[in-house]
Amino acid sequence: MERNQLRRQIAVMRQTLFDQGFLDEQFIQLEELQDDTNPNFVEEVATLYYRDSSRLIHSLEQALEKSPLDFNKLDNYLHQLKGSSTSIGAKKVKAECTQFREYCRTGNGEGCIRTFQQLKKEYALLKKKLETYFQMARQAGPTQAACRPK
Amino acid sequence: MNLSNGKGSMSTSTSGAGVSDQFPVGLRVLVVDDDPTCLMILEKMLRTCLYEVTKCNRAEHALKLLREHKNGFDVVISDVHMPDMDGFKLLECIGLEMDLPVIMMSADDGKNVVMKGVTHGACDYLIKPVRIEALKNIWQHVVRKKKNEWREIEQSGSVEEGDRPAKPSEEADYSSSANEGNWKSSKKRKDEEEEGDERDDTSTLKKPRVVWSVELHQQFVGAVNQLGIDKAVPKKILELMNVPGLTRENVASHLQKYRLYLRRLSGQHQTSLNNSFMSPQEATFGPMTSLNGIDLQTLAVTGQLPAQSLATLQAAGLGRSTAKSGIPFPLVDQRNLFSFENPKLRFGEGQQQHLNNNKPVNLLHGIPTSMEPKQLTNLHQSVQSLGMNMQANPHGAQNSPLLMQMAQPQSRGPILNESAGGHVPRLPSSVTQPIVTSGVAGGILGRNGNADNGRGAGYNPVLQNSSMLNYRLNQTSELPSNSFPLGNPPSISGLTSKGAFPDEVNSEIKGSAGFVPSYDIFNDLNQHKSNDWDLQNVGLTFDASRQSNNLQGSLDLVHQGFSGSQRSIQGRNQSNVVKAMFALGDTDHGNSQNITQNLNPLLGDNSIRVKAERIPDVVTESSFFPEQFGQDDLMSALLKQQEGIAPAENQFDFDGYSLDNIPV
Repeated sequence: MERNQLRRQIAVMRQTLFDQGFLDEQFIQLEELQDDTNPNFVEEVATLYYRDSSRLIHSLEQALEKSPLDFNKLDNYLHQLKGSSTSIGAKKVKAECTQFREYCRTGNGEGCIRTFQQLKKEYALLKKKLETYFQMARQAGPTQAACRPK
Repeated sequence: MNLSNGKGSMSTSTSGAGVSDQFPVGLRVLVVDDDPTCLMILEKMLRTCLYEVTKCNRAEHALKLLREHKNGFDVVISDVHMPDMDGFKLLECIGLEMDLPVIMMSADDGKNVVMKGVTHGACDYLIKPVRIEALKNIWQHVVRKKKNEWREIEQSGSVEEGDRPAKPSEEADYSSSANEGNWKSSKKRKDEEEEGDERDDTSTLKKPRVVWSVELHQQFVGAVNQLGIDKAVPKKILELMNVPGLTRENVASHLQKYRLYLRRLSGQHQTSLNNSFMSPQEATFGPMTSLNGIDLQTLAVTGQLPAQSLATLQAAGLGRSTAKSGIPFPLVDQRNLFSFENPKLRFGEGQQQHLNNNKPVNLLHGIPTSMEPKQLTNLHQSVQSLGMNMQANPHGAQNSPLLMQMAQPQSRGPILNESAGGHVPRLPSSVTQPIVTSGVAGGILGRNGNADNGRGAGYNPVLQNSSMLNYRLNQTSELPSNSFPLGNPPSISGLTSKGAFPDEVNSEIKGSAGFVPSYDIFNDLNQHKSNDWDLQNVGLTFDASRQSNNLQGSLDLVHQGFSGSQRSIQGRNQSNVVKAMFALGDTDHGNSQNITQNLNPLLGDNSIRVKAERIPDVVTESSFFPEQFGQDDLMSALLKQQEGIAPAENQFDFDGYSLDNIPV
């Protein structure tokens, strides 16, 4: 059936996200929280995450334009962004945050800017993938069950 | 949120477990985190665990919720990094005020941060991302805390026999297994018989809590002071208090907390002393007295007040009234000092230091922060002079109430600096200002009628230095003023010797209903960040005023004045002032002895004055002790209080304060 096919596709896509390191275990935790009372819980969380973190990304951008760089401030934003990303299971974004923070710690402005570009890239990429994923999932209906990646 | 006790429905099982089969279902959790994503996830996880969740993204809002719904939550989970308030600060506030288990969490898993959590009293520390498994077990912290409470009571019970010397409240529960064994064995039977019923009731996690209202607490402090902190055993306290329906167990646990509070105060004072040098006498005396008393007592009890701080405090208190010399300090001053200090300590320093260590301290600091440097210097000076006086031996004549004393900036100035050691700066500005000066200070506390002296001036500083001052006050037995009723030797360091003092002081301070409320309020305020200070204070003051009829009118006025000025950060001071007013005016309640008497008349007059002056001054000063305070009375009260100061936590439990007014 088309539905089954769709479901299979979704499952594959989901697996890929894990395999490619976009998402980690935490995402599964979220999926496990999803139930009948909150059928779109994961999507809601992701939406909230993107809304909130876009503000952080923007702040980071602005802070990076200043000179000299205020590493403390940058680190602050990063801490928040990292916290959110971790909660949602955005693995690559989290890794970039960590790297970015390391540059901040050592006062490497050049490294910061470079990493930030990476961060933005990963951030946008994941967003797109998740959007597609959720769209498909909604189409398939609420019977999607969380299953651990192999 | 109030699960009508999700726990309440628990069947009382064995006394040990005290949990029903249902538990931990319905556990009432308050989650605080500025990250909305995390908040949402946590909420969902907790709901899945069948807990009752309330989420909050601002620490101040969380505190407000907690205060408005006392006993409405069982456990709090808070993030460490938050924009409006440091998670650790919130942790301390909660511990002081509500004594709830608090779990910290953060994406930061560095050892230092985790250690910080431990030292600030967190029950647990979770690393983000938080897994639901970790949340499933948070109920254990609630049970553990209750269990410890029980133990506290048991142990307190044994104090009655006087076998136990003032047990460090902190470890009270577990002083030593040997001790415990003894206590338990010998007293258990007796306790059980006496409190068997109570025990049964409390076999459930939550035992029926006695509401320690302001008046009740004042009575308690008075009794403790009378007995002497070392000799204050629940049984005797209970007898002295003579409150029907109050059990020794209640008193014991309250005593435990009070002691803890005192200790913290002393610990905190040490740290915060430097910061807030308060010139407490004046302005904030009124409301603060209750606080101060407690702080002082704590300090006194713990005997930790650093000599310096003590001196400072004394100086501040003493010096307030007129020039350094000749300020009649007697009890009054001391009292003022105490009270100021407490609130000041809390408020001013606020968050930082005080919170960490002593609850009481925090209260004080919060209050005056806006002292102008000049004032501070004055305060310092006066404080110093006080200290000097005190140490050397009472100056004698320092009539003007502590508050007012500060007004004499000049003379004080140098003193403060010396003694304050640095933190003074804060005080002066506010101190010199009229908050108190205007009539308030004079009126409220002005025992000696030194209204002229610049009531307001000295006040703020006091508050700020509260921690320090508090210490001093407690130890004040040394107050230079001759009038010290207690006649404690100026030795700042020995609180114990003063013993009498603190008791008196406390009782006095506590006596006036007005004081107590303000005290708590201050505490609360302190805990809050400065931003909320003003509002809170204002609200609080109102409450306090409610208590006293005469004050009402003035309070309103003051309040208005306050509101206006308070909005600004300085408002803190104002509120303090207002509180002081209240405290003073509220003699009705009281068991307080002299002070209340003195206060009443003073308040009446001063309230009006205060108001007028306060508004402008409020901002700057928080001190407004009326000079008229019977110094002796105050001093004794302060001293008394000091001795018997129980952990601040108890105060917070007072229902007397309705913080609802505080606009957050």
